[in-house]
Amino acid sequence: MKVLLLAALCLSLAGKAVSEEARKSGYDFMSPQTQAMQNDEVTGPAALWLLDGEASFKGNCARCHAEGSMKGVAARYPALHRGKLVNLEQRINACRVEQQKAPAFAYESRELLALASHVGRQSRGLPIRIEVNGTIREYLDRGKDSFHRRQGQLNLSCTQCHDDNWGRKLAGSTIPQAHPTGYPIYRLEWQSVGSLHRRLRNCLTGMRAENHALGSPELVELELYLMWRARGMKLETPAVRP
Amino acid sequence: MAANAQAQLDPNRAAQRKAAMEEAVRKVTGGAPLRRGRVKLDLPPLIDNGNAVPLSVSVDSPMTPADHVKAIHVFTERNPQPNVVNAYLGPRAGRARIETRARIADTQTVTAIAQLSDGSFWSDSVEVVVTLSACLEEGLI
Amino acid sequence: MARVVVNVPGQAKRGEVLEIRTLAAHAMETGFRRTQLGELIPRDIIRLLVCTYNGVEVFRAELHPAIAANPLIAFTTVATESGTLEFRWSGDNGYSATQSVQITVV
Repeated sequence: MKVLLLAALCLSLAGKAVSEEARKSGYDFMSPQTQAMQNDEVTGPAALWLLDGEASFKGNCARCHAEGSMKGVAARYPALHRGKLVNLEQRINACRVEQQKAPAFAYESRELLALASHVGRQSRGLPIRIEVNGTIREYLDRGKDSFHRRQGQLNLSCTQCHDDNWGRKLAGSTIPQAHPTGYPIYRLEWQSVGSLHRRLRNCLTGMRAENHALGSPELVELELYLMWRARGMKLETPAVRP
Repeated sequence: MAANAQAQLDPNRAAQRKAAMEEAVRKVTGGAPLRRGRVKLDLPPLIDNGNAVPLSVSVDSPMTPADHVKAIHVFTERNPQPNVVNAYLGPRAGRARIETRARIADTQTVTAIAQLSDGSFWSDSVEVVVTLSACLEEGLI
Repeated sequence: MARVVVNVPGQAKRGEVLEIRTLAAHAMETGFRRTQLGELIPRDIIRLLVCTYNGVEVFRAELHPAIAANPLIAFTTVATESGTLEFRWSGDNGYSATQSVQITVV
């Protein structure tokens, strides 16, 4: 009897990380009507950002980047650029500053979101592919720590909700597994397209934990871990989420 | 499920808004009776987020010059104001169907009313439950 | 900046019912929201969408604050003859936008 109790206790303490086969996108937790909004690429809520992004790409980027050349790019970010870990938005800005000699776009600006949506869209349907070699590993480990670390006034870690309790309810909302499969997303709550960092900041606010700035290394490392955790899952950019 | 859901609006406010809806409906129908049927209002019974709710209204009508839908009106009973959309059709529409995305402020009943060429009014209602998203910018949850 | 999107087939058979989907870039500020300091943010919405077919009005929609941001309005019209479908949005603070689409009816 004592052995059984001890075994049960051990099982309940072990973190139940989502197994690869059990992974589901946030799409699967939405109502069919919200899913339909994501499927509607022409008149869905993110459509205007896609159009702006397409026009911006033609105007700014097409000089060097051929039509179709962005396929697969968004699916492998965050990645190293000149030895530093950057995400897609930062990589776009790096190009603007270094190659175009133009000022960087502000992180959550409409221009940057539109471009990131357009570039991301070119990888829609492709599997997320994060390569972990040499230097990237230390960033990944920091991101992984941050996902598993208890923090904030509630002493809560990301893994407790998103690995251990996904599928259950948090005050009327179903807890998803937190795979960033569709960023930038049109979040219904924002009534606008926004970045993963904006969403992560909302999480940290919800957890009553200390927040990090948009584009900060802490958030990029967490983004790397989340994308690595979602490797193989298909990109849905631009997704719609509640 | 919807029948047991309790909305958060204070009873006075709820009563005021319901009265506002009844007034808005009266403006359209002139007090004529609302008949059930022919109209199908489609919106999700459980709403992920009330900011953008896909909504469509279809009316069973041949859409001929002699027999067609003149207008489709959508109302809510708990939004700060009762009107959602007023669409004016006619025989050239071919089909009586409109689609949009609405803001639904609270768990409530949404009503669609079709005004036919023969002067009759037909309606359909849907009870919806609205949930808040988790993890917001200023943190309620 | 993309202001409007109109999605309608460019060609149809006479008598066919055309499905038209339109989108307009607009925040649709309801007039019910308040700033952090409690000040009411004034209403600023699209009020009207009118569609004409070779100059004849075939559809009209009156929009209210309860229409979501970046309003989608989808409706139908019968393909009667080749010509121009014109879409005109108007709203608060002098907002106006138009889009024309040519359709060929065979």
